[in-house]
Amino acid sequence: MSRARADEEEYWHSSKFRAFTFDDEDDELSQLKESKRAVNSLRDIVDDDDDLERVSWSGEPVGSISWSIKETASSSASSLEGRDSNLQKGSSSYAAFPKQVSSYSLSSLFKGRNKLPSFQSLSDALSDTGVKNYAPELRRPKAEYKDYSSDWSPKDTVRRMQRGKVCSLERFRSLQDKLVLLDEAVAGHDGNVITAVLIFLKRTLRREILFRELEVRQVALCHLIHFLKETGEQKLLLDLLRFLDRTEEVALSQYREHLNIQDVEKRREFLKGCIGLPFSAEDTSHIQDHYTLLERQIIIEANDRRLETAGQSEIFRKYPRKASILNMPLVTTLFYSCFYHYTEAEGTFSSPTNLKKTFKIPDKQYVLTALAARAKLRAWDDVDALFTTKNWLGYTKKKAPIGFHRVVEILQRNNAPVQVLQEYVRLVEDVESRLNLATKYKCHDVVIETYRDLKDRIQLTAYKCKVERGSADEEKINSILNN
Amino acid sequence: MAAHLSSGRVNLTALREAGRRELREFLDKCAGSKAIVWDEYLTGPFGLIAQYSLLKEHEVEKMFTLKPGRLPQADVKNIIFFVRPRLELMDIITDNVLREDRGRSPQRDFHILFVPRRSLLCEQWLKEQGVLGSFIHREQYSLDLIPFDGDLLSMESESAFKECYLESDQTSLYHAAKGLMTLQALYGTIPQIFGKGECARHVANMMIRMKREFPGSQNSIFPVFDTLLLLDRNVDLLTPLATQLTYEGLIDEIYGIQNTYVKLPPEKFALKKQGEGGKDLPTEPKKLQLNSAEELYAEIRDKNFNAVGSVLSKKAKIISAAFEERHHAKTVGEIKQFVSQLPHMQAARSSLANHTSIAELIKDITTSEDFFDNLTVEQEFMSGIDTDKVNNYIEDCIAQKHPLIKILRLVCLQSVCNSGLKQKVLDHYKREIIQTYGYEHILTLNNLEKAGLLKPQTGGRNNYPMIRKTLRLWMDDVNEQNPNDISYVYSGYAPLSVRLAQLLARPGWRSIEEVLKMLPGPHFEERQQLPTGLQKKRQHGENRVTLVFFLGGVTYAEIAALRFLSQMEDGGTEYVIATTKLINGTSWIKSLMEKLEPAPF
Repeated sequence: MSRARADEEEYWHSSKFRAFTFDDEDDELSQLKESKRAVNSLRDIVDDDDDLERVSWSGEPVGSISWSIKETASSSASSLEGRDSNLQKGSSSYAAFPKQVSSYSLSSLFKGRNKLPSFQSLSDALSDTGVKNYAPELRRPKAEYKDYSSDWSPKDTVRRMQRGKVCSLERFRSLQDKLVLLDEAVAGHDGNVITAVLIFLKRTLRREILFRELEVRQVALCHLIHFLKETGEQKLLLDLLRFLDRTEEVALSQYREHLNIQDVEKRREFLKGCIGLPFSAEDTSHIQDHYTLLERQIIIEANDRRLETAGQSEIFRKYPRKASILNMPLVTTLFYSCFYHYTEAEGTFSSPTNLKKTFKIPDKQYVLTALAARAKLRAWDDVDALFTTKNWLGYTKKKAPIGFHRVVEILQRNNAPVQVLQEYVRLVEDVESRLNLATKYKCHDVVIETYRDLKDRIQLTAYKCKVERGSADEEKINSILNN
Repeated sequence: MAAHLSSGRVNLTALREAGRRELREFLDKCAGSKAIVWDEYLTGPFGLIAQYSLLKEHEVEKMFTLKPGRLPQADVKNIIFFVRPRLELMDIITDNVLREDRGRSPQRDFHILFVPRRSLLCEQWLKEQGVLGSFIHREQYSLDLIPFDGDLLSMESESAFKECYLESDQTSLYHAAKGLMTLQALYGTIPQIFGKGECARHVANMMIRMKREFPGSQNSIFPVFDTLLLLDRNVDLLTPLATQLTYEGLIDEIYGIQNTYVKLPPEKFALKKQGEGGKDLPTEPKKLQLNSAEELYAEIRDKNFNAVGSVLSKKAKIISAAFEERHHAKTVGEIKQFVSQLPHMQAARSSLANHTSIAELIKDITTSEDFFDNLTVEQEFMSGIDTDKVNNYIEDCIAQKHPLIKILRLVCLQSVCNSGLKQKVLDHYKREIIQTYGYEHILTLNNLEKAGLLKPQTGGRNNYPMIRKTLRLWMDDVNEQNPNDISYVYSGYAPLSVRLAQLLARPGWRSIEEVLKMLPGPHFEERQQLPTGLQKKRQHGENRVTLVFFLGGVTYAEIAALRFLSQMEDGGTEYVIATTKLINGTSWIKSLMEKLEPAPF
C-alpha cells in the first residue's frame, strides 16, 4: 500500500491498447490484492458476525419468498397439531390483521370511473375497494363473471374481455358478426382476447372460410399460427400453412417434429419423409444429409456395439465407448470414425474417407478432425502421414491446409512429446510465430536454429539461461556462438 | 427494504406499494389459512414486491414449488396457484388437482392467480381437462412493470422479443402499454411521446386508445416525466450482441443476474477465520443481491471494468484508515464515537470484500486469451474491419466446438455490422455450424434469419458504415477511467440505442433524419394534452426527466450509458429506464433458439 498515488493513477491509466486490454505484467492484480489484503487485515479487529441483514448462506435474505418456500416445505410436519387453531384463525383473521390500506392499487386505476382518482384519503380508498367482496365466498363460482346480458356490442364484448370478464360469444352467429368481433379484438391488441375469439371462430366456422378470412387479417393469422403451435395442433397448422402457400414454413414445421421422436428407426423413417418437402435449395441438401447421416449412424452403432460386447477388438477394449454415436453431429461422427475406424477401406460405411466423400467434408475440416482423433490416440505416424504429400518426382513434402501453428496447438493440447511437437513447430513459416511457439513449448532446438539462421547473437546468448545447464542444447548454443 | 427505490429522481416506491396492496387484496379474498404453489419463475420478480412476512400476515402458511404429482399434505383451507398463463403449467396444475384426495376432510379450496394476465386460452385448456370448475377464484395480478432499482423497471417477460419479432404476437406490447398507463396514473400524464420502430408505434397507438377509452385515467397529478421515448429492440440489434464491459455488465455476461440476484462460485467467498483453516468449504453458490442500496456497488456498477480496481483500492485505504482511528481514540467519548460508527464500517468492509472477490473472479476471465481474441474480433466488426468475409477466429471456434451461442453471437454481430452477409459467406457459416453442432440447428438459424439478426445482404448495399459515422458509434479515443462519452461502456463502441436517446435530447432527431430512415420502422412524435393547471413551468437549470422504454430488452451496459448521460453536468436530462426484459447477448440468443430435446445422454 506504499505505492504513491500518482504512481497508482499512472498504473491504471497506462492501457497500451485503445481497446479493452490489460497489461501483461505480473502485478496486474496488485490493486485487487491490495484491497483484498486490507479486507483480510480488518477481519481480526471486527466482530465475526458480518451479517448485518440476516442472510442464509445461499445469500437469500431470511424471509424472502424463495427462502420461505424451502423453509415452509420442510416444516410441514408440524401442521397437524396446528390445524384447529388454524381454523379458528381463519374466522378471526380480519380482526387479527388490520388491513393495511395504502393509497393505490393497480386494478383500482383501471376501473374506468369518471371521478378523478385522488386516492389520498382513507375513505376514498375504502369506497373504491367497496366493490370488491371481502366476505368469504366459498364453493361458488364467481357469479359476477357470468354475463347474463346478451346485448353487448362487439366492441363492448371485447372491452369486457380485456378486463378479464367472461363473455358468452355464442350470440355472434352470422359470419359478419363474427368478423366484426375479430376485427374489434385485433384493434384492441390484447393477444389474450384475440386468441379467445379465434378459439370461438375455429370452433364455429368451416375451415376454408376461417382460412380465407384470416388470410386478409395478418395479425389474427399470426395469433392463430402461434396458438396452433402452442397447443400442438400440427395437422391443422400444416393445412393452414399450405392454404397460405407458405410452403417453406410447412416444411420446417414438419421437420421440427422429428425432435419429438425418440425411437431412432422411426426418426430415420420420418426424416426420409421430410426429404421431398419444399425446403429452400440450401436446406434441402442439409435435410438429405441429416437423413443419410442418421442412417449411417444406425449401421455403425449396431456394428460397433456388437464388436464391443464381443470384446475381441483391441481398440474398443482399450478405449471403451463413452456414448452411442446415434444422433451426434456430423463432425463428431467423423471424429468417432477417425478414432475407431481409421484404417478401414473406403468401401465401408464407417470409414473416414467414405464419410468425407459422402458429406463433401472440406479438407480443412477433415484434417482438423482426423488430427485431433489420431493425436488423442498418440498415433504420431498417422499424424505424420496426414501432412505428407509426394510430388510427381517422388519427393515428399509437408503440407497442411490449416496452417502448422494450428497443428502445433492441437498436438500440444493432446500432450504430444517435444520431439513430435518441434517437428511441426519447425514447419511454421512465419518466423516470429515460430519463435513464439517454440519458446512457449520449450522446443529448444527450433529456437536455437532460428536464432542461428537470423544470426542473432544477442538473443541466442540470452536464451542460454532458458536451457538446462550442461545439456546438449547448451553445448549447441555454445558451438554456434563460437563459430 | 426498498429504500433504494426512492433514491432516484422518480420515487418508484409508490409503484411497489400499489403492487403490494393488490396482492393483499387478493389474499384476503381467499379467507382462511393458505398454501401458495409457485410457478418457480415468478418467485424472483415477486420477491422484488413482497417478502414472506407480508404473505404470512395474510395467513399464507406454506409455500411449494409447482411440480407434477400429488400436492403436499399441508393442512390449509386454500391452495393458491401463482402462475404465468402457460399451457405447460396448466397441465401440471391439472395433474395436481386430479390427484387431490377427494376423501380428505375438510376439503381444500383451489384458486388461481394468473401473472400478469388471465388467459382465456389457459382457462379453455383447464376446461377441456375438466378441472376448471375446481377453482373458486380465478384472477389476474397485473405485475406489468416491476421496480428493480431507483431508475429501472422491467416486465421480466423473457419471450417478449421472440413473440414480437418472430411470431408477430403483440400481447407483450399490450402489457407494456398497460404498464405505461399504470405509471401515468401514478406519476401523471407524460406530455411528449417519441418513438422509433413498429412496436413503438403500436404501443403509442394503444396508449392513446386506452386513454380515450378509460376516462378514469385522465388524472390531475402533476407530471413527473416530461418525455417518453419508445425504442424497438430491432432498431438496434447490434448492441446486445457485443460483450458488455461495465462491471455490472460483465457480472451479467459471466454469471447472469436474475431479478437483481447473482449466484457466484463460492470458493472466493469462504470466510477464513483464525483456527478454522480450510474446513467447511461451502459448495453451494454464493448468492448476492446487487442494487443501489449498496453504496459501493452503486458507485462501481456502471464503470468500465478497467476502472473498478482503482476505486476498490481507494476504498480499501479509506476503510483501513477509519479502522486505524481506534488507536487514536483515547477518551471515552472518542471510543464511543468509534464504536457507534462500527456497524457502518463493518458493512462497508463486507461490501468491499464481496466486490473485491467478484472483481477477481471477473479478472480471471477478462485476462484470458480467449476473452481477448473474442473481444478483438467484436471490435473489428463494430469498427467496420473485414466484415464481408469468413472470419478465421469464428472458424477456429467452430472447429474447437466452443459453445454454440458464442458462435451465433459473433456471426450475427458480423451480419448486423455488414447489413447482412454475402450469400457465400452466410452459406459457409451455416454449413459449418450445422455440421459441427447438429442438423437440427437449421431451425434456430431460420429463427435468427426471421428476426433479422442473420441475413443475406440484399441489394449489395452496406448501410452500417454510414450509420456508424453519422451516429459516431465508434470512438477511437475512449477514456475508460474518466469517460467523456457513452462509448466507454463497450470500450469504443457507443450503443446505438443510447445514441438515439442522446441525440433526441440534443439537438433533436431532425439532425439525423437520413440515418433514421435507414433503421427499421417509423419514427414519430405524439403529444398528450395536459390541463392548463398541470403544465410545467421549468425552473432554471432544472433537468428534464425522460422515460426510455426498450421494447424487446435492454442490457446493463445500455443502462450504464443512460445513467452516464443523466449524471453529465449540463446534460439537461435525467433518464428512467423501462424494458420488457433485462437481457444480455447470451440470454437473448437463447430465447430465439429452437427448444431442442435434451441430448439422449
